[in-house]
Amino acid sequence: MSSDIVTKKLMFYFPQCECEKPIVYHLVKDHNLIVNIYRAKVTPEEEGYLVLDVTGTEEAIQGGIEFVKTFNVTVNYSGKGVIRDEERCSHCGYCVPYCPTESLNIADPAVRKVAYDEARCIECLACVRICPYGACASAF
Amino acid sequence: MKTYEQINERIASGKAVVLTADEIMDYVDKKGLHAAAEEVDVVTTATFGPMCSSGCFLNFGHSKPRIRMSEAWIEDVLVYTGVAAVDVYLGCTQNRHGDPANMYPPGEFRYGGGHVIEDLVAGKTLQLFALSYGTDCYPLREIRTYFTINDLNQAIMVNPRNCYQNYNVAINRSDRTIYTYMGKLEPRQKNGNYCSAGQLSPLLNDPYYETIGIGTRVWLAGAQGHVYAEGTQHAGGVARTPEGMPLTGAGTLALTGDMKQMRREFVRGVSFIGYGVSLSLGIGIPIPILNEEILRRTCVRDRDILAPVVDYGSEYPQNTGKIICHVSYEQLRTGRIEVEGKQVEVGSLSSYYKALEVANLLADEIRRGDFLLAAPIAPLKRDTKMKPLLVREPPR
Repeated sequence: MSSDIVTKKLMFYFPQCECEKPIVYHLVKDHNLIVNIYRAKVTPEEEGYLVLDVTGTEEAIQGGIEFVKTFNVTVNYSGKGVIRDEERCSHCGYCVPYCPTESLNIADPAVRKVAYDEARCIECLACVRICPYGACASAF
Repeated sequence: MKTYEQINERIASGKAVVLTADEIMDYVDKKGLHAAAEEVDVVTTATFGPMCSSGCFLNFGHSKPRIRMSEAWIEDVLVYTGVAAVDVYLGCTQNRHGDPANMYPPGEFRYGGGHVIEDLVAGKTLQLFALSYGTDCYPLREIRTYFTINDLNQAIMVNPRNCYQNYNVAINRSDRTIYTYMGKLEPRQKNGNYCSAGQLSPLLNDPYYETIGIGTRVWLAGAQGHVYAEGTQHAGGVARTPEGMPLTGAGTLALTGDMKQMRREFVRGVSFIGYGVSLSLGIGIPIPILNEEILRRTCVRDRDILAPVVDYGSEYPQNTGKIICHVSYEQLRTGRIEVEGKQVEVGSLSSYYKALEVANLLADEIRRGDFLLAAPIAPLKRDTKMKPLLVREPPR
């Protein structure tokens, strides 16, 4: 495997809590990963989730994922915590200034269609709260 | 010079030359005004955005035994029943019964009149609940049933005010976040919102109402409707640029059309956090190129259209009429305007993308010979101003 450093967005689902284990600690300490958490909800006796960026070598990331999987945690690689319903979007562009990372943007000013660059989304959920058409939703 | 009859003949024979208001400027620049006016028959204009003064009349037909509905709700949204027995008017800004509104601000307003209208057009099954005091001829006191738009005798959209000729750019100069019908506005003019299709907008392409008048056939969310009156708050007599671009709201249109012919993607319920519900509509209006002057006016560009910047933190709610400055749609489209030396990030509530789609759909219908033009039976007024509501002492 390559030793290049890469960043991957991951989503962990915890079915009825595996939260006693300090998972993030082990990802950092044992797997040498840089972790950036976007969103997390981990409450005892309830389902939980953790959306994060992990930065490290492919090998380290793979190792980290294998480690997480030993806890009955579902790992989602698409990292889609914000779901945009293309059919409900009217492409007005109202959301664009509220999006802090320009994940939502107008690519072609002549047609003014709103584009969603998922990779840039930090899941602040500003669009979910303000979209008049309900085109943006949170996965949890 | 062409007449409506000549243009309609060309449309009917499938020979009409039709361009959108988005395409016409470059075309005229290339061909020259005179040659283009000879050639082009119709320019299509359009808009897509929230239009709060919208709603519909519905007729349910009569139950056995009969009921004269005195109060009624569709999907728990109150409808107006102060008309005949089973006629109701459903307004798009009506909140759903039990919605906490702004009790714990900002409210979410997830569902209301606009959403019911969208669901009707989408063919969904909806609940009707109605009460009555009962009469000898209408004995039933209560009814609960389920229906779709196909069960109704009529579902006629009747919108007292659509297609505002121009509109405010809303900013907020107060020191707290405010929630308005123009969206969420951050304090100290951090952001702003505008709402117009600009160079594609119907009344900006016919600023003096030379072709758009009462009786004009329009494309209303996919149905062939028409202008039935001047819109409420129509004020043709506002200040204008030398080219006729109004510097404030100005003209409006009252539109009607058969909801059974409408398309769901152009009839959309909307929720404005902290404000309420409304309805977004896609509307297209054809402009017949009767002469060079009419064509020249359809060549308006975003840079020629000025929108007033208004403080919704204090001036708008207090109705002071104060306009901070004007900015062009060309500036607005960049996503950033300058207000008294400060950069303000701006977004649009009106969808240019959808408006373009409407302008193209209408152009296609005209080219196919499926949409004929109707000459107005009366013009819109050019000299009226808007009156305020005065708070008077009771008469003695």
